[in-house]
Amino acid sequence: MDIEIKNLSKSYDGTPVLENMSLTLTNSKPVCLMGPSGRGKTTLFNILLGLTAADSGQIKGTENKKFSAVFQEDRLCRQLSALMNLAIVLDKPDKAELSLLLGKMGLTDDEIRRPVSQLSGGQKRRVAILRSLVSDSDVVLMDEPFKGLDEDTRRVVIAQVKELLAERILLVITHDEQDAELLNADIVEM
Amino acid sequence: MKPSTIWADKLKKLTGVFFWLAVWQFAAMKIGKEVLLASPVSTIKALISLCGQSAFWSAIIFSLSRIMLGFTLALVMGVLLAGLSAMYDTVRYIFAPLFNVIKAVPVASFIILALLWVRGGNLSVCISFLMVLPIIYNNMLAGFTRVDKSLLEMAAVFRLSNLKKIKYIYIPQVLPYFTAACTTSLGLCWKSGIAAEVIGMPRGSMGNRLYETKLYMDTPEMFAWTVVIVIISFIVEKGFLWLLDKITARITDGFL
Repeated sequence: MDIEIKNLSKSYDGTPVLENMSLTLTNSKPVCLMGPSGRGKTTLFNILLGLTAADSGQIKGTENKKFSAVFQEDRLCRQLSALMNLAIVLDKPDKAELSLLLGKMGLTDDEIRRPVSQLSGGQKRRVAILRSLVSDSDVVLMDEPFKGLDEDTRRVVIAQVKELLAERILLVITHDEQDAELLNADIVEM
Repeated sequence: MKPSTIWADKLKKLTGVFFWLAVWQFAAMKIGKEVLLASPVSTIKALISLCGQSAFWSAIIFSLSRIMLGFTLALVMGVLLAGLSAMYDTVRYIFAPLFNVIKAVPVASFIILALLWVRGGNLSVCISFLMVLPIIYNNMLAGFTRVDKSLLEMAAVFRLSNLKKIKYIYIPQVLPYFTAACTTSLGLCWKSGIAAEVIGMPRGSMGNRLYETKLYMDTPEMFAWTVVIVIISFIVEKGFLWLLDKITARITDGFL
């Protein structure tokens, strides 16, 4: 079932950050939200995740849907390894399978088992992206997921996103049109 | 660190100890009155003599068990109240004045007051509990309130169970506060517990034995008891931190 967002508005201290936003998300094609900073992209992201309440408007189709996300910050448990950061979001993690996926994201065996606090920014970002994809979810939301990744890594990671997404709804906030192209996504300007 | 560096470091520390032992011995010889200042040699003799008495060991067990009971009760209560205070502001506002008063009241006042309410035997339990509780509470409250909210949001989005949240988010972030609280309060509870026993004089306690040495002007034995108190305080603190390290290592084993 699709997710329908109708006339969503949100203000902070009287300053509107999101005004009458309407959007439909389907699992047939990802959506990339683009636009300058301050247009309410992250606010919409937080409303969809249930972390912030909208002032007005409606969201239909989220009932019984499970979400996973890549936040603007990595939000990884820094003392856990990359492998464990993935494993904790699963009920019955297959560590061999997870290691394989981390390997496809360009992490070595040693890097997979090190505390993530010892990984580079780009490596942590890839772990956060993979966490959202291995999680048992119906909707994947990503807030500037490819920020800080070099051109080649970005292509590898986006290929993995497409492969692991399966039949799920994907909403990506990005500033780069090339991301939308590589994801074959619809672009929604805010 | 290289083994040779470790040994050099230990040697330097031992040199400091021997220096002050020499100063002590020299001062005792200069004064020449054991009743005013017992020498290290006579203190060691008194200590050896004490070790041969069963009453010495039972006094240690008597005091240690009671003071550690007070410490453990304060630990459990402090963690629970801090957890509740972090969750509910009302609990925090209710307990804030109480803990401020406990922190401000001198330990001697507490001991004298407690003597009116509890039997001498339980005095050290009560006093060590009261001394430790605010430290554990304040440190744990600081730890709980500084847990990374963004990680808790992540946990909510990914539907992590409460057990996983405690194990992977709360424990790693609160543990440094817990360790700091234990390190600070262990020494304090031991000293205040013994002080309570000196004033309350429960029969068979270390504090009572210490008081008796003053009564009979047995300064070497008084020094020997003081040395024992210092040694036990050191062992208890190191032992507890070692145990905490082992428990932490067991928990974090599954982190990598």
